[in-house]
Amino acid sequence: MDVDWSADLQAVALTLKLAFVVTLLLLAIGTPLAWWLAHTRSRWKAPLAALVALPLVLPPTVLGFYLLMLMGPHGLVGRATQALGIGLLPFSFSGLVIASMLYSMPFVVQPIQTAFEAIGARPLEAAATLRAGPWERFVHVALPLARRGVITAAVLGFAHTVGEFGVVLMIGGNIPGATRVISTQLYSHVEALEYPAAHRLAAVLLLFSFAVLLWVYRLSPKGALLASTAPDGVPRP
Amino acid sequence: MIEASLRLPRGAFTLDVSLTLPARGVSALFGPSGCGKTTLLRCLAGLEHAPGGRVVVDGEVWQDDATSVFVPTHRRAVGVVFQEASLFEHLDVRANVEFGWKRLAPAERRVSIAEAIAWTGIESLLQRATAGLSGGERQRVAIARALAVSPRVLLMDEPLAALDAARKAEILPAIERLNALSGITIVYVSHAIAEVARLADHVVLMEAGQAVASGPVAELLSRLDLPLPPGEDAGVVLQGEIGALDAEWQLARLDVPGAAFWTRDPALPLGHRIRLRVLARDVSLSLVAQSESSIVNQIPATVEAIADDSHPSQVLVRLRTQGGGSALLARVTRRSAQTLALAPGKPVWAMVKSVALLD
Repeated sequence: MDVDWSADLQAVALTLKLAFVVTLLLLAIGTPLAWWLAHTRSRWKAPLAALVALPLVLPPTVLGFYLLMLMGPHGLVGRATQALGIGLLPFSFSGLVIASMLYSMPFVVQPIQTAFEAIGARPLEAAATLRAGPWERFVHVALPLARRGVITAAVLGFAHTVGEFGVVLMIGGNIPGATRVISTQLYSHVEALEYPAAHRLAAVLLLFSFAVLLWVYRLSPKGALLASTAPDGVPRP
Repeated sequence: MIEASLRLPRGAFTLDVSLTLPARGVSALFGPSGCGKTTLLRCLAGLEHAPGGRVVVDGEVWQDDATSVFVPTHRRAVGVVFQEASLFEHLDVRANVEFGWKRLAPAERRVSIAEAIAWTGIESLLQRATAGLSGGERQRVAIARALAVSPRVLLMDEPLAALDAARKAEILPAIERLNALSGITIVYVSHAIAEVARLADHVVLMEAGQAVASGPVAELLSRLDLPLPPGEDAGVVLQGEIGALDAEWQLARLDVPGAAFWTRDPALPLGHRIRLRVLARDVSLSLVAQSESSIVNQIPATVEAIADDSHPSQVLVRLRTQGGGSALLARVTRRSAQTLALAPGKPVWAMVKSVALLD
């Protein structure tokens, strides 16, 4: 039992580390991307929005498979990382981070994009007439007004990363300490018929996910979560 | 002085104006909804870019596409008050007012925060969140916020349109005082002739994207050749001062060029500058002075022009008071016009039933 405990804790620690790293990176990349999607009139808007939303509908194994091919020794990215001396990304923590970012991208980008769109042009125009340049308008008007969307995005991105399985298995394998997260550890428990241990982890994940969603819905009581995670222009029932 | 020549296609119409506005006082862009006045205002602010256009304010070139100059909005010394106050919901009232002021170099701060607050009367609101403010309060905060950037010109886009009558009555005097207090040039967009009559010194009449007439308010509103709102709203604006007071009967005499009107005492001191509005429907005509009439204001004048009114039974008559002083409009029936043989040059008495003191 002692061994099980430490393995579980290791998986929990790794999962939290992964989710933190992924969420921070996604906020850094997703916020400008959401800003661009909310304001552009470019013909690339629709293709890019669709690409970002893809993980919502795609089986994780499909995404994982392509990433494995890309980042593998014969893939485009794989050859580049090898040439740069980084080595291969699959079955490493870095590979897991990249895969998780792609997989959780829509859960971060869409709430922020929706929040930016909800602000509308007027507050930004008003700020422009009050001597605020583009950067100041973004930092001092758009971001504060979109803060609920940003918080929702961070929470959803974090929770979604904690809960992923398929991509992790494809890209990370199930290496203790390196790529074994809660969901794959749980899978291992079940494979080994260790049902009490599986119960324990499953309950932790269940409670965590419920708590997160409860918090998000408290934050936006009008059910904005569904609206904010719906792909652009597609209302969810 | 504001010079603008702008051309911008806009769906239903093409904004196509070339105009000059005085650097002093309040200029009104007046016209029906959808005539392009808001688009013009947005071009002045730099929120829209009319290709090939030119905007020069007090000698400062804000846009001149011939030399590829387009100063972005945040570098223009402009203040804008939108129809909805558009306050920053994440900031309290004081932070809203200070938002633009903070971004000015100290040397540019000709209007202090204290002045902006005092002129708009928002002292008691400063610590409040914007969410709890009434419509009128929000608009006053928006005006203070725009004033605090010490603009060369304050652009106001129908700032009263979204307010009910009571709120309008609360804000109009504040806007009226602004120009006198701050000396800042105001360009005021409105489709409400009552607001224009009350606030404007200079009026640009707009129709279908074009500026069809431009001139001092008293002259422009008395013109019969313009598509001014007909019907109940036709009338003139006169400017003058309190010329005499009659304490016994609680009356005051309002002196305007070439005419004087007795009205109930507005409790203003002698010599106080006033602006009054005389509606065409309140003016009837007579060939002789009436000694047996309750109408006290009988003004000798000369017929200048006669034009059709909105209803075929009526005509609008433009009069000129003595010495070429002021223009008046009178509405009479076509039959009366014929009975009295009204024609340009004919001397008449204008019987003025009531005048409205605007400030």
